[in-house]
Amino acid sequence: MVNIMNVSKKYNDKTVLDDISVDIQKGTITSFIGPNGAGKSTLISLVSRLIAEDDGQIKVGGENIKEVKSEELAKKLSILKQSNAINMKLTVRELVSFGRFPYSKGRLKSDDWAKVEEAIDYMELRDMQHKYLDELSGGQRQRAHIAMVIAQDTEYILLDEPLNNLDMRHSVQIMKTLRKLVDELGKTILLVIHDINFASCYSDNIIALKDGRIVKQGRACDVIDECVLKEIYDMEFNVQNINDQRICIYFD
Amino acid sequence: MGYKKKTILLAVVAVFLAVLYIVYDLKGNIGYVLPRRIIKVVAILITGAAIAFSTTIFMTITHNRILTPSVMGLDSLYLLLQTVMVFIFGSGSFVLMNSNVNYLISIGCMILFALVLFRFLFRGENNSIYFLLLIGIILGTFFSSITSFMQVLIDPNEFMIAQDRMFASINNVNGDLVYVSIILFVLISLYFLRFYKYLDVIGLGKDQAINLGVPYDYVVKHLLVIVAMLTSIATALVGPITFLGLLVVNVSYEFLKTFRHSYLILGSVCLSIIALIGGQFIVEKIFTFQTTLSVIINFVGGVYFIYLLLKENKSW
Repeated sequence: MVNIMNVSKKYNDKTVLDDISVDIQKGTITSFIGPNGAGKSTLISLVSRLIAEDDGQIKVGGENIKEVKSEELAKKLSILKQSNAINMKLTVRELVSFGRFPYSKGRLKSDDWAKVEEAIDYMELRDMQHKYLDELSGGQRQRAHIAMVIAQDTEYILLDEPLNNLDMRHSVQIMKTLRKLVDELGKTILLVIHDINFASCYSDNIIALKDGRIVKQGRACDVIDECVLKEIYDMEFNVQNINDQRICIYFD
Repeated sequence: MGYKKKTILLAVVAVFLAVLYIVYDLKGNIGYVLPRRIIKVVAILITGAAIAFSTTIFMTITHNRILTPSVMGLDSLYLLLQTVMVFIFGSGSFVLMNSNVNYLISIGCMILFALVLFRFLFRGENNSIYFLLLIGIILGTFFSSITSFMQVLIDPNEFMIAQDRMFASINNVNGDLVYVSIILFVLISLYFLRFYKYLDVIGLGKDQAINLGVPYDYVVKHLLVIVAMLTSIATALVGPITFLGLLVVNVSYEFLKTFRHSYLILGSVCLSIIALIGGQFIVEKIFTFQTTLSVIINFVGGVYFIYLLLKENKSW
């Protein structure tokens, strides 16, 4: 369970998040949607302790993240941010092996390597595991980063726009992988996502933010609704049921 | 050739040069010449190691390949501290007569400065490297201007004594400080071992490091203190050599092509020793002291620095 209680955050004088309270169930995929600048990325950074909240409390698995040691939290919760510019000479395999750092402190044992192998196979990176990151395309690099998060093997996984730079095939592949992580391994995933159709088809719950406040939260089918979406994005939506999925059409 | 072999190769060359420098053309009163040469080589070894070591750490915690402790004005600050001490206490005082006391006070002040630097420069979110570079160059210029200003005000006789005692150069190594420097260097290295495992991860960037459980602010603060102490040692022994760190660390990155800091640090330390001793050998035997090593290194390093700036500029 992730409990976000009365959390606020300001940058200088600008309020980015205003008194947010929300509970996220274990074993679900929860998507955060909303227009640019709504505070989605900030919220996910707060939950993963990358930045500190000004007000309120965040609990992960019942423990306040401020009271848990960072080293311990790294075994329970992982985060992948949008921009991952690394200026080191690093191969895919080496990057993935960094995911074991919370457990091994840099000295990987055989079971650590087993997790690395597993993560590489999970993301289908075996062919390019010895390639350097700067030789890869944006999508391949993104998959390598996700493999690292999988190797970190945490109960909670937070992803900030994981589909950035990815084509449809890889986007679907990643969302399916996330679905598998939740359904088979019981992980809890929180992600920020811009494509509302991906959010609709693959998440259990959706939380919609606008101007630093929660506009609507609930099951995916309840949030993907013409009136709700219009309120969030200030534009017209046409929501259709196709193959039991709610699909939004928003092209004029 | 892998990075391990390359590191060993560098180490072999460095040791060879050090031995060559000591035994080359050794004649006359050996009992007099030999200990002096050894002291000089040891001073150069420690300086080279301290500069390379501190620069590698500094580049990793600032996530760039251009900023070095010297570019940020840390060695100018050390010289300023020395001058301030002469200015306040006078050259005959205990603080200056006992070079070890003077040394430790200066290092203490450097640590304080490092903590201030941490507070202002590293706590803020997303400081751009050009901003840091600008601050560093302004601070460096500011420190050296104040230094020369104070030196002008001091009584000339006092200044001569003080300068001779304090401002070392590679031809005038500060031998008094060699022993205490060795001890300090060993202690700092031991202290560094506590943080060593975090360096590779910090190289991934701040967010990734925190994600992987590095107590980021704590580690960076302590590493910055280590950088300040190492810079003090290097500056006290042979004076400032602005671009040496930039040169050797970048060459080490390009040559070793790895992210592992254990090898990067070793490699850059060896390169730095090769540059200093090899360069000094050339200065003494070929140029017969017509020029100084700092001039050569700053020339090569400066050209490389401009090249790096232009390259960065292009890629952005």
